[in-house]
Amino acid sequence: MASRDLTGGDFHRHTESVLQLSFSRKHCPPDRKHATLAELRNGEQAVLETLDLPEDNARRLMELGFLPGHVVSAAHSAPSGDPRVFRVDGSEVALRRETARHLKIRVAD
Amino acid sequence: MSDCHDCHVNSAIAPPPPVRSLARKTVALVGPPNSGKSTLFNVLTGLRQKVANFPGVTVEHRTGFLRLENGREVDLVDLPGVYSLDPRSEDERITRDALSGGIEGIRKPDAILLILDSTNLGRHLMLAAPVLGLGIPTMVILNMADDLHKRGGSVDTQQLASQLDAPVVLISAAKRQGIETIRNYLEGQFAVPRPVELPIFQDVPRCRQWSAKLGLRAKYRAPAPPVWTRRLDRVFLHPVAGPFVFLAVVILVFQTIFSGARPLMDGVESLVSHSGAWVANQLPDVWWRDLLTEGVWGGVGSVLVFLPQILLLFLFIGLLEDSGYLARAALIADRTMARVGLQGKSFIPLLSAYACAVPAIMATRTIENKRDRIATILIAPFMTCSARLPVYTLIIAAFLPDHPILGRFLGTQAAAMLGLYVLGFAAAVLTARLLKSSILKSDRTPFVLEMPPYRWPTWRFLGLRLLDRAYVFLRRAGTVILGVAIALWIMAHLPLKEGKAPPIEESVAGTLGRVVEPAIRPLGFNWKIGIGLLTSLAAREVIVGTLGTIYGIEGDAGNGEASKGLQRALQHDLTPAGGLALLVFFAFAMQCMSTIAVVRRETGGWKWPAVQFTYMTVMAYVSAFAAFHLF
Repeated sequence: MASRDLTGGDFHRHTESVLQLSFSRKHCPPDRKHATLAELRNGEQAVLETLDLPEDNARRLMELGFLPGHVVSAAHSAPSGDPRVFRVDGSEVALRRETARHLKIRVAD
Repeated sequence: MSDCHDCHVNSAIAPPPPVRSLARKTVALVGPPNSGKSTLFNVLTGLRQKVANFPGVTVEHRTGFLRLENGREVDLVDLPGVYSLDPRSEDERITRDALSGGIEGIRKPDAILLILDSTNLGRHLMLAAPVLGLGIPTMVILNMADDLHKRGGSVDTQQLASQLDAPVVLISAAKRQGIETIRNYLEGQFAVPRPVELPIFQDVPRCRQWSAKLGLRAKYRAPAPPVWTRRLDRVFLHPVAGPFVFLAVVILVFQTIFSGARPLMDGVESLVSHSGAWVANQLPDVWWRDLLTEGVWGGVGSVLVFLPQILLLFLFIGLLEDSGYLARAALIADRTMARVGLQGKSFIPLLSAYACAVPAIMATRTIENKRDRIATILIAPFMTCSARLPVYTLIIAAFLPDHPILGRFLGTQAAAMLGLYVLGFAAAVLTARLLKSSILKSDRTPFVLEMPPYRWPTWRFLGLRLLDRAYVFLRRAGTVILGVAIALWIMAHLPLKEGKAPPIEESVAGTLGRVVEPAIRPLGFNWKIGIGLLTSLAAREVIVGTLGTIYGIEGDAGNGEASKGLQRALQHDLTPAGGLALLVFFAFAMQCMSTIAVVRRETGGWKWPAVQFTYMTVMAYVSAFAAFHLF
């Protein structure tokens, strides 16, 4: 996908980590094929699959880089654990849990 | 080092042909949030700018003026930061309407300056699609070139320009590099771009693919992640260290605007009183001498005193915002603010409101969500501002003997003061809950907070913003206070009796006091307090001076040390229950013309200030009534 070259200079690191994740899935419930962004732990990355939100809100998030197919990684949390900062498409964006749990991710194939 | 050189070489524009047409042009500045739009605006226009609200809405726009080397004059309109032109939010609708000439008072732009962050080009370039699709001559400005190069990124502006069929320039607005190229573009003939291809604007994934393809063709190499930002965030967003840094910042801001500003404020005050005395000495003994010294000097002085506090506050907010820490502070405060239905970005404005509601309300501009912003504006005046202090000090001193409660640390008077702070805070929280569960219930827009990389703030832009704020404050709030002060002075001196001002109870003001007396009698106030309440509509602390005048005693409103005489006079006129009622009244009532003026300005109409004034006055009246009768 062409957009990969624009997702930030550390794209290759993303790929590696995504692959690594497939071996260390202990945080993700094994019976669940799809996790949500809210379940991603700090330092982990995944590929965004769908945005389960009303169209307007989904579009707003897509404009900020939360596009299906993009690599998202969880970077920081507020002291209470919510909201959390995610790295996506070259920038860092904080989302509340109430929003993040509507973003479906693919941890591994 | 070679940044500036690069900018010029890379800029894909031929030198502009000489233009004959020198007609004044309108140029719009468009760009996503955090693209450095305001910085570029300031660099291009300097101090020649004015701030105004769009008709009927809360969105502010600034217009600046440029005179170019070839004599062409340009009005540069700074539009709200947007990611797209889909009219979903107010900002986007206004930007789109302004670009198509659909807003009264703003001419359809002859050209657009589209500013994008070159370190985040993939995402920012998406905005180029709808903007270029408008068919208006556009220059694409890639900002933050210094950052891009430092972090190992690059882009071929020539290639990008040929793809977009629009001039593309790589600049650094903060370092003032590449600005000349923009000025040259503005001098030249504008041409409508015909891009090689454009995606369907509404389809975000397609737009992103389009911008990615453009990036590939322009050999865009995204920069490495910002190392220092990641290092700093490891501390500032650390689960343990983060809150401590946050607390330290909060205490520093609070302490500075609260006590650090004191000497400056005293300085301004003595400057005002000395110059007033000097003017009084220079003038012959005519009636308007008193109007000038008491009305004008007293009125303007009461506003000027707050200027140092406001400037300090905006210096802090500017530092926090420009450095990027404000976004982190909002992240840390978000959970707490969410409990009352607000969000992290409301925190700093509410904190500022402890100094003065006027700058606090101006500081709500950082909140993009309109409902959250209005809610924050509506509760800000409940915070105990410094103008309430002289009033609280006087009444507490008059009615509450000081006994130690916790040894030397806390006396009854200090405890009462603390209680009033808590009371104001509780009212704010309660009101926020009420508003957010009713008329200002959050639309289901998700809370989104971009974390910009940390940057060094530049003194030049901080200075420009402070000047801007000072000007807005003095002009907008100052004119109101001045008018009221003059009106009050005249009312207290009319009708003339044998060419002299009448005793206060027979003046127009005294009559007004008697008119309102029946309404405030249930609160335990007489007509003299009534005049005080009326005059304190201008500003809360004015009541101290007014009561001083009424009782013929010099009350010193400035340093909070009301004289013993004024306290005795108050004890004579008010029961302790009435004193309590007066305190409660002042805790809740919106006795401040400057606040009303600034709310009207910031919300773009009289609706919200009217709602707020009514709500707060009713609440003050009911609570004061309860306090008087239950005590």
